[in-house]
Amino acid sequence: MQIYLPIAEISVNAFLLLGLGGIVGILSGMFGVGGGFLMTPLLFFIGIPPAVAVATEANQIVASSFSGVLAHFKRKTVDLKMGTVLLIGGLVGAALGVVVFNYLKAQGQVDLLVKLCYVIFLGVIGGLMFIESLNAIRKTAKGGKPSTRKKHNWIHGLPFKMRFRVSGLYISVIPPLIVGVLVGILAAIMGVGGGFIMVPAMIYLLGMPTKVVVGTSLFQIIFVTAFTTMLHATTNFTVDIVLAVLLLVGGVFGAQIGARIGVKMKAEQLRIWLAIMVLAVCGKLALDLLIMPTELYSIAAGGH
Amino acid sequence: MLRWFIVFLMFAFPAAAEEVVLGLSKDEVAITTSFNGSDILIFGAVKRDKPIPDGDPLEVIVTISGPSEPVTVRRKEKRLGIWVNIDSVEIDRAPSFYAVATSAPLRDVLNDVEDLRYKISVPRAIRSVGAPMGIKDAAAFTQAIIRIRTNSDTYQLLENQVTVDAQTLFQTSVQLPAALTEGDYITRIFLTRSGKVVSSYETSIDVRKVGLERWLFTMSRENAMLYGLMSLAIAIAAGWGASAIFRIFRF
Repeated sequence: MQIYLPIAEISVNAFLLLGLGGIVGILSGMFGVGGGFLMTPLLFFIGIPPAVAVATEANQIVASSFSGVLAHFKRKTVDLKMGTVLLIGGLVGAALGVVVFNYLKAQGQVDLLVKLCYVIFLGVIGGLMFIESLNAIRKTAKGGKPSTRKKHNWIHGLPFKMRFRVSGLYISVIPPLIVGVLVGILAAIMGVGGGFIMVPAMIYLLGMPTKVVVGTSLFQIIFVTAFTTMLHATTNFTVDIVLAVLLLVGGVFGAQIGARIGVKMKAEQLRIWLAIMVLAVCGKLALDLLIMPTELYSIAAGGH
Repeated sequence: MLRWFIVFLMFAFPAAAEEVVLGLSKDEVAITTSFNGSDILIFGAVKRDKPIPDGDPLEVIVTISGPSEPVTVRRKEKRLGIWVNIDSVEIDRAPSFYAVATSAPLRDVLNDVEDLRYKISVPRAIRSVGAPMGIKDAAAFTQAIIRIRTNSDTYQLLENQVTVDAQTLFQTSVQLPAALTEGDYITRIFLTRSGKVVSSYETSIDVRKVGLERWLFTMSRENAMLYGLMSLAIAIAAGWGASAIFRIFRF
């Protein structure tokens, strides 16, 4: 069944979009990531204009994060105070990101920026995750214990300290603000929630307990992506609501199914598969940049 | 006296000797949610008040042109190992869709002077005033737009696709692709003899988004704030709905 998307102005197969939403939803439910970093490149592959894919994906992440955060609120694993600090940084970052995005769109370099961001972040995070889970598998095979993290580092020397009860932390607000800004910029440029960057940053940089990390990250992602959606909708007119609905219907159900599959799999295996998947997407995008394209020319609407 | 006047009229307006009477299978294309391209049948007859002239047979050219807009064509070059957009050329006007259907090879039915005058062939339909300084091969950019749009079926050259019966009845069909922008699609019919246009006719096909598509598109442009809020409301409702459904059924 073909559906004509009113903003993207192309006709696509509705079941393809439902299926994509479902598969990415299952993966995101299994691995506890937003799935935006997989969905946006997939939308590029099926021919959705990058600007529309990025803006619409932000809207879809609002749906999946909201679905996820409700479950975390029930288990009381959301640090609202930390979430709010991250959020303030996130909103500033999102505003900056949209400005950068619009400037580069005018320069004709937006595709390059989005793809470069993807290649770098997917490559680094996929690579680290792959090595880390390989080591973890090797350790469990040897029967050793997982190493404990160091609790004190340079971050504890910064001023403006604040107490975060749910996380059990007493740290400066500067690192969470910076993390928030960076994730906000990425959210606006890449059309992702930033969970796959936020979660490692919260665990390793801020030293938050793992159990509150996912809920808190989802909490602030809702607001940042909602803000990003509004900015894209009012400045670029690139949010395609029909595309968003098709993706999120598949996505929210897929996420619930994925969460149930995830429980039954071993954590290390789960992570290694996620790492392979992330690296595969990264590899495809990197090849596009490195190999001479069959068509060197591209057409953009409008003059300068 | 009256007889002389009629003879004078016939010599004064020779173009009117053969006129097009046109029919279209539809003069409106509605882009609905399930829109997946559309076939347009163009048919007609040649009305004449004299016998068919001797010499080369009558040929027919049909063009359909979507709304023209300025576009920017960019070219990638390798910089620091990756392919980056470097040069760009603005094309002043390029139709978003363009189809030329002819009753014989285009070169045989139309000469260059007439093509220049009526802007019939694909390269003529695109207007490019000039490239910025420093770009020497501006023509390559125009060729690129034709190549890309021909590959995506938005520019079509349909030679020998118009059938002409007894130099009087003609018909052709043009496939409009699924990725269509809205606007007035100008449809032109040219009758030619020995490469010269002897008569032309112009009408337009109205391509419009309708219903939900129209409503959403207008809203996203004219009421962007509300549109954004609506997108968010749908997202939040769907997120809440999915978690509620799965909670109720306790999968």
